[in-house]
Amino acid sequence: MSKMTLEELRKLREAKKQEAAQRDTEGKDTLVIVGMGTCGIAAGAKDVVDALLDELKKVGNENVIIRQAGCMGLCHVEPTVEVRSPGIPNTIYGNVDAEVARKIVRQHIVDGRLVNKHVYDKPAADIIEQ
Amino acid sequence: MHYTLCDCVMDLIQNSIEAGSSHIQLNMNQSADSLEVSIRDDGCGMTDDELKRATDPFYTDGIKHKHRKVGLGLPFLIQTVTMTDGQFDIRSEKNKGTEIDIRFNLANIDTPPTGHIVSLLYQVLCFQGDYDLTAVRSLSKDGGELSYQVNRNEMLDVLGDLESAASLGLLRDFINSQEEDLLS
Ligand code: FES
Repeated sequence: MSKMTLEELRKLREAKKQEAAQRDTEGKDTLVIVGMGTCGIAAGAKDVVDALLDELKKVGNENVIIRQAGCMGLCHVEPTVEVRSPGIPNTIYGNVDAEVARKIVRQHIVDGRLVNKHVYDKPAADIIEQ
Repeated sequence: MHYTLCDCVMDLIQNSIEAGSSHIQLNMNQSADSLEVSIRDDGCGMTDDELKRATDPFYTDGIKHKHRKVGLGLPFLIQTVTMTDGQFDIRSEKNKGTEIDIRFNLANIDTPPTGHIVSLLYQVLCFQGDYDLTAVRSLSKDGGELSYQVNRNEMLDVLGDLESAASLGLLRDFINSQEEDLLS
């Protein structure tokens, strides 16, 4: 990759905006929160963010909002990712690695199905298939 | 230990943001055997007493635990730096801000690994909040110095936001391209 200038960056952003506008509002209301406390980072939260961005790009849904949260108090299941997507109860996933992160994008965000094995909290037990 | 130098710097920047800084200046200058980091913020700062407490793991105000609100982050960092022949200096003034200068000694075998600079820069720009941050990353080699700079407000202006996957992806590509250019 050659060194990008601010102008180039601005143009790329414009192009993405137009692309998104054409595909109308898909994915707009999805919010993904990644636990970035000390333990989250030690457990690999950075790789998770990388994988999320990469997979969202692949599925062509880059309107999703991604936030870095601090400590979520869940050291033992870090890295943690909370997904708030319309039509699905807010869900906290635990022990997320890059591969699970990709699944969260494809399965949860795109298809609207939980990634059951990694659900840590929120949806009632009866909607999670064991 | 899995903690990297970049993780330490990230913690310090997080402190600066939590201290309500409106502008943070981060400089990182790397040479063959050292990584010099300086952080200047205009956050709430600390009194001498608060500073003492923040840097001393054994400081006690006599009220056991009740008013303890300081983690081990800073003392731990100071210990790591001094044990590996580096330098650490912190100055703070209440309501003015805090200045930190660190020199990590990369030649010492016990110094933790540097970690990933691109992720660090990316991360310190993407915390939520209303702060500006300028990061200058430089590399001294063969008698010359190369550097690049990223500024949060500028990125916000160019990208429109720093939270959609589209913007974050581009921000990462942008910093990556600067870093690759620096190392090439
Ligand atoms: S330090 Fe582990 S969740 Fe906060």
